[in-house]
Amino acid sequence: MSRADWEVVIGLEIHTQLKTKSKIFSGSSTAFGAEPNVQASAVDLGLPGVLPVVNKEVYKKAVTFGLAVGADINRRSVFDRKNYFYPDSPKGYQITQLDLPIVENGQVTVELPSGGTKTINLTRAHLEEDAGKSLHENFHNQTGIDLNRAGTPLLEIVSEPEMYSSEEAVAYARYIHQLVTYLGVSDGEMSQGSLRCDANVSIRPVGTVELGTRTETKNVNSFKFLEQAIEYEIERQIQVLESGQTVRQETRLYDSDKGETRPMRSKETATDYRYFPEPDLLPVEIDDAYIEAIRREMPELSGAKSERFVTQYQLSQADAFSLAGNIPLADYFEEVVRSGRDAKLANNWIRVELLAQLNKDNISIENSPVTADQLGAIISKITDKSISGKIAKTVFEALWKGETNSADEYIEKQGLTQVSDSSSLAPLIDKIISENPKQAEQFRAGKTKLMGFFVGQVMKETQGKANPQQVNEILNEKLG
Amino acid sequence: MIHEQSIREILNSLDKKEYSCRELVDHFIARASDANASLNAFITDTYETARNEADHMDTLRSNGTAPSLAGIPIAHKDIFCTRGVKTTAGSLMLDNFVAPYSATVVEKLSAAGTISIGKTNMDEFAMGSSNENSHYGPVKNPWSEKVVPGGSSGGSAAAVAARLCVAATGTDTGGSIRQPASMCGITGIKPTYGRISRWGMIAYASSLDQAGPMTKSAEDAAILLNIMAGYDEKDSTSAEQPVPDYTKCLNEPLKGLKLGFCKEYFGDGLDPKIEIAIQTALRQFEAQGAEIIEISLPSSKHAIPAYYVIAPAEASANLSTI
Amino acid sequence: MIVDKDVVLNIAELAQLQIEDDEVDHYVDSLGRILQLVEEMQSVDTQGVEPVSNPLDGIQRLREDRVTEEDQRELFLANAPESEQGLFLVPRVVE
Repeated sequence: MSRADWEVVIGLEIHTQLKTKSKIFSGSSTAFGAEPNVQASAVDLGLPGVLPVVNKEVYKKAVTFGLAVGADINRRSVFDRKNYFYPDSPKGYQITQLDLPIVENGQVTVELPSGGTKTINLTRAHLEEDAGKSLHENFHNQTGIDLNRAGTPLLEIVSEPEMYSSEEAVAYARYIHQLVTYLGVSDGEMSQGSLRCDANVSIRPVGTVELGTRTETKNVNSFKFLEQAIEYEIERQIQVLESGQTVRQETRLYDSDKGETRPMRSKETATDYRYFPEPDLLPVEIDDAYIEAIRREMPELSGAKSERFVTQYQLSQADAFSLAGNIPLADYFEEVVRSGRDAKLANNWIRVELLAQLNKDNISIENSPVTADQLGAIISKITDKSISGKIAKTVFEALWKGETNSADEYIEKQGLTQVSDSSSLAPLIDKIISENPKQAEQFRAGKTKLMGFFVGQVMKETQGKANPQQVNEILNEKLG
Repeated sequence: MIHEQSIREILNSLDKKEYSCRELVDHFIARASDANASLNAFITDTYETARNEADHMDTLRSNGTAPSLAGIPIAHKDIFCTRGVKTTAGSLMLDNFVAPYSATVVEKLSAAGTISIGKTNMDEFAMGSSNENSHYGPVKNPWSEKVVPGGSSGGSAAAVAARLCVAATGTDTGGSIRQPASMCGITGIKPTYGRISRWGMIAYASSLDQAGPMTKSAEDAAILLNIMAGYDEKDSTSAEQPVPDYTKCLNEPLKGLKLGFCKEYFGDGLDPKIEIAIQTALRQFEAQGAEIIEISLPSSKHAIPAYYVIAPAEASANLSTI
Repeated sequence: MIVDKDVVLNIAELAQLQIEDDEVDHYVDSLGRILQLVEEMQSVDTQGVEPVSNPLDGIQRLREDRVTEEDQRELFLANAPESEQGLFLVPRVVE
C-alpha cells in the first residue's frame, strides 16, 4: 500500500487568546512580556478562598466570532470545571465550557492555495482560561512557574473532522487566524502564542467510512509547524498500520527541532477530566438585543465584502471571493484603488505580481515592502499611459528592493516616462526607416509582420520608453 | 460580668465608659489564654493586634467616629483568610500559609469595629462534625470534656460557649454551624446560600458552603448577620438582594406566624431525646401564638445521597487548589 | 460500576494521592458506599426536571474589562516553598 491508499481525516482545535485588557476571571493585566508573575493575582494563582468573576468583554468577543461564522449563539451558557494536575495550571482544574458553550455550529469557506475552495463546519467555540508557563532551564532540576499567562481568556474553536489534507487544515487555520485578527477578537500575534492549534489526525483506507484511531498533537504555534506535524503524523500512522500495528489514541507533542511528534508521557493515564458545573459561577444569559448590538458594531464580513467587490469594482466572482477571503489583502486592494484607480488592473497586479513576490519571500501582506500607496502610483502611471506594463514591472522591482520610495520619483529620475509625443518619435522613426530600406520595401510590398521588427527597433532606441500604440500608429502612417 | 453581656449591653457599657475597648479586649484575652490549653478552641491568637486595635477603637470612640460595633471582641473560624495572619483550615497542608488578603466577612466585621482575638480550631477543611479531625488537635466541649463540641466550626462554638469571645464566625456546608452551636448550647445560623460573600472563605463544597454568625443569643446573631450579609462583586454567587435589619423583628409577637413542621425529618433514626426537645420547643412557639403546620418535603430522602455526590465532587476539585 | 482495587488505584493516580496497600480495602469499601448513594440518586425519576447548574436562580453578572490588580508578586511569593527570579519553583516536570 502507499500514501494514495489512505485517506487522511483532520480536525482542529484552535485556541485563540482574546484581546482584552484584563483576564477572564480576574482584574490582572493580560499584556504580553511582563516580568514573571507580576500579572498573577490571587485569583490567577488559585490561592485558597478566591473566586472567579467573568469579564464582560470575553463574551462580546466570543459572540462576535460566533456571528462571523454564522454560528448559533447560546442564550444561556454554563462554565464547568475540567480537573487535571499540571504545575502551570495552579488550581488543579481549568474553568471551561462543556455542555453549554457560548458558540455552537457555524461554517467557514476557505480558498485553497492549490485552487478551489473548501467548506469546513465548526462544532463549537467555547470560553476557557489559559494556563501559565513552565520553564525547565537553569533551575537545578526544578521547574520555574510563571503564572502571568494563567487566566488569559481563550476561545477554543473546534472544527468537525472534515479536512482531508494538511493543505486544507493549514488553509483553515490561516483563515481563522485572519478572521479573529480582523474582528479584533484576538491580536493574532502567533509569536506570542495568541493562536495555538491542536491537530486531531487519523487515517483510514480509501473508500471506508469509519474513522481510524486519532492522535491529538497539541500546542502547535505556527502554520509551518502545523503542516509539518500533520504530515509527520500521517506518515507515522501509515507506517504503523502498514506494519500491522495499531495506532494508539494518545496526546502527542510536536518537536519543531526534530520535525517529529512524540507522545506526552504525563497524559497517558490521566484522561479522565471529571467535569462538573463550576459552582463559583452562575449561568451567563444574553438576549437578542445584546447580540444585535454586537452585530451592528461588526466590521464587514467576507461574504458581504465579496459581493460588494463584484458590484463596486466589477471584479469577477472568483477574484472578489479570493480578495475578500483574505482580509488584509482586501484592505490593501481597497487602499490601492482608492481615488478611482482601475480596479481590474489593481486586482491583476496584486494577485499576480505582488502575491508571487510575497509568497516567494514568505512575507505577509501586512509587511509588504511595496505599500498600497506605492502600488497605486504605479497603477495610475500605467492607466494614464505614462509607463508601459513592462516598465511598470521595473518600477515595482525597484520599490520591492527598496531602491526608491516613490514610483513617480523613480520614473522621473530614471527617465522611464513613455515617449508618446509624435514630434520626438516621428524623426526617430524616419531615421530607422531610412537605415533599413530593405525591410521597409518588403513591408510596403505586403510583408506586414515586419511591423514587429520596426517596433523593436524603436523600443531599442528609446530603451523601451516609447508608447507602443503610438509607435504603431506612426509606423503605419510612414510605411503606408 | 462583662463576658455574659450581650453585644447591646457591651456597646451600652462602652458608651457609658464603664470600661474601655482595651479593658474589654484584655478581659477576653485573659479568659482565652487561660482556657485554651484545655479547650484547644484557637489555632492562632492575634492578641497583640487585638490590643492595638482596641486602643485605636478607644480613640475613635472618644472622637465620636467609632463604627457601630467598635471594640466587640470576636474570633474567626480558621477557614477565613486573614491578611498577614496564618490561615490553616485545620490542615497541616496550610500550616505555613499566611493569607495575603482578607475574606469579605473579615473585612466587613473589621470595618464595623469588631476586633478578632484569634483564629478558631476546626475539622480539617471543614470536613467533620466532631472537631476530632483537626491537625491541631481536637476541641473540647466547654460543658464537658467527655463530649465533643461538634464540628466543623467546633472551635468557634466552644469559644463562644466558654465566653472566650463575644461572638465568632463559622461556616456551614452540611451542618457545620448549626450542629456545633447546638452541641455547645449557643446560637448559630446557616443563612440562605448567597446571603453572605464566600470571598476569602476556603472552599469545601462551593455550592453548599455558607458563612454565618455563632453567638450567645438570637439578638447577637441578628446584629452580626446585619454586618456579614450582602452582595459582594467578588463573589458571583452572592445574592443581589437588599439586606433587611434582622434585629427589627426580634421582639415582635409570634401571633400569626406559621411554622412548617416537616414530617420527613421525624421518624426512624431520630433519638427520642431530641424529638422530645423539638416537640417541647414547638409547644413553646405555639404557646406564644405561632401556628405549627405539618408539611411534607418528599424529596428529603434524597438529600443525603445528593449531598454525598455533590460535596465530595466539589471538594475534590477545591482541595486540588491547596 | 463496581469499585474494586484497580478502580481505587486509578482514582488515586488521577488525584495524585499515594495510597498504602493496606488502605486499599478501606477505600474499596467507603467509595463503594458512595457509589451506592449515586445509584440511589440515579433511580430517582427526573423526567421533566430541568438540570440545575447552580443553587441560585440567578444569572452571572459580568465584570467590566478593567485592570484592577496591582503587582503583589513579592507578597505571593512569600508563601511559596521556593522561588527564584520571580518564579515559583516546583519539582521538575518533564514533557
